[in-house]
Amino acid sequence: MEFGTSGMLNEDGIHVDMDRLKKGEVNLGTSIMAINFKDGVILGADSRTTTGAYIANRVTDKLTQVHDTIWCCRSGSAADTQAVADIVHYQLGMYATANNRPPTTQTAAAMFQELCYENKDRLSAGLIIAGWDERHGGQVYSIPLGGSLHKQSYAIGGSGSTYIYGYCDSNWREGMDEEAAVKFVKGALREAIKWDGSSGGVIRMVVLTQKGANRHLYLPDTDYAVRHQ
Amino acid sequence: MPGFDFTNHTRNAALHARGVPLPKATSTGTTIVGCIFDGGVVIAADTRATSGPIVADKNCEKLHYIAPQIWCAGAGTAADTEFTTALISSQLELHSLSTGRKPRVVTCMTMLKQHLFRYQGHIGAYLVVAGVDPTGVGLFTVHAHGSTDKLPYVTMGSGSLAAMSVFETQWKSKMTEEEAVTLASNAIQAGIFNDLGSGSNVDVAVITKDKTTLKRGYVKPNERSKKQKSYVFKRGTTAVLNEKVITREEISKYVTVHELEGGETALGEKMDLDV
Repeated sequence: MEFGTSGMLNEDGIHVDMDRLKKGEVNLGTSIMAINFKDGVILGADSRTTTGAYIANRVTDKLTQVHDTIWCCRSGSAADTQAVADIVHYQLGMYATANNRPPTTQTAAAMFQELCYENKDRLSAGLIIAGWDERHGGQVYSIPLGGSLHKQSYAIGGSGSTYIYGYCDSNWREGMDEEAAVKFVKGALREAIKWDGSSGGVIRMVVLTQKGANRHLYLPDTDYAVRHQ
Repeated sequence: MPGFDFTNHTRNAALHARGVPLPKATSTGTTIVGCIFDGGVVIAADTRATSGPIVADKNCEKLHYIAPQIWCAGAGTAADTEFTTALISSQLELHSLSTGRKPRVVTCMTMLKQHLFRYQGHIGAYLVVAGVDPTGVGLFTVHAHGSTDKLPYVTMGSGSLAAMSVFETQWKSKMTEEEAVTLASNAIQAGIFNDLGSGSNVDVAVITKDKTTLKRGYVKPNERSKKQKSYVFKRGTTAVLNEKVITREEISKYVTVHELEGGETALGEKMDLDV
């Protein structure tokens, strides 16, 4: 996990191999998704974080709260996504107290985009923002690597998402009820975890509705069938 | 002001071009662990510091003080763990003084991660932060790039794999203090015996609501035994081929000679001998 202390030297100065320096970086080789359903949105994620071939955390929480009913799914560098989420969490807190009303999901997504786009050459962060607000109800936004912002009916992301484009495309229905929506997310993440080596562990979900945030946890030892917590 | 100073960059580049190698940092190829128990948290570390293949220190301290009830175990570049923890310790004490509240573990963790993130991994500090504050017990890992994790048991450093195998097979929820200390100590010993970068002794720190106990050298499984044979040459081993006596008068031509008072002995540095 340590860096190399070696560097090359030419007439024009010391050249340090960036790949070597980035060796210790913690990555969220991930499967994440967020979907719209009848009453709001559901965010879902696996729980694996890796440093190279080692699993640094097998029960990671990649679903991060940035306001009461605005959450995000993080993929890419753990350090980068945590830093960005922490900043937006702070900004939304300030926004809510200054305007005396909660921010919309769109506002939160715009804040994320600002950070991701302005620092695109320094960040490796793939984010999905999902939230429920009084004005628009449930909304899902995705911000891929370049810093663009896309409003979608559902979004998938991370290394494991490549395996479930087919599953999601053929099983997606607009305006599902909560039970069907949870089943859709769980089914998709089960496939992503099954086929992607960088994804694994437990399945975490957050259901965002008018009633607030509700957490789900499914363990692999019961084949993700039983809801814990 | 904290931060890096680049004024020597041009000089260093010129020196390196003339064949002076880059200095080698002392790395604590390390095993560090942390574990929550019922009513507190325990952190532990080995005591080996290495510089490349050389053991630079056989009994170094890897458990760092941050606040009375917050301690930190460090892996990675020794100097970076030392100075990063000292810097945050200072800032946290001033913060505590200005707010009139006890420092919190999450505050400490957030300050560390923001400091390390700013330096994009160039500060090679890998830390286990543990403590008890008014909100309860806290245990976190902080990686050099600025990412953090919150878990009931954690390991870091080159011996983290060996240590984690102990936790993954023996850990249970709601342990007593004694059980947690033994488990953490066993995890460190797995690193000491199975990881080349770790070695020597086990240091343990136990933090509860009421007090912090630092157990330096909690286990010493690598004590140097007495040598079975003496390698001191006996008097007379070397033959005397010739002898010359230099008188005081003669030597005072070249150096100053002081007479010692009666009973007074000349003080010189004592030399340690390998026996």
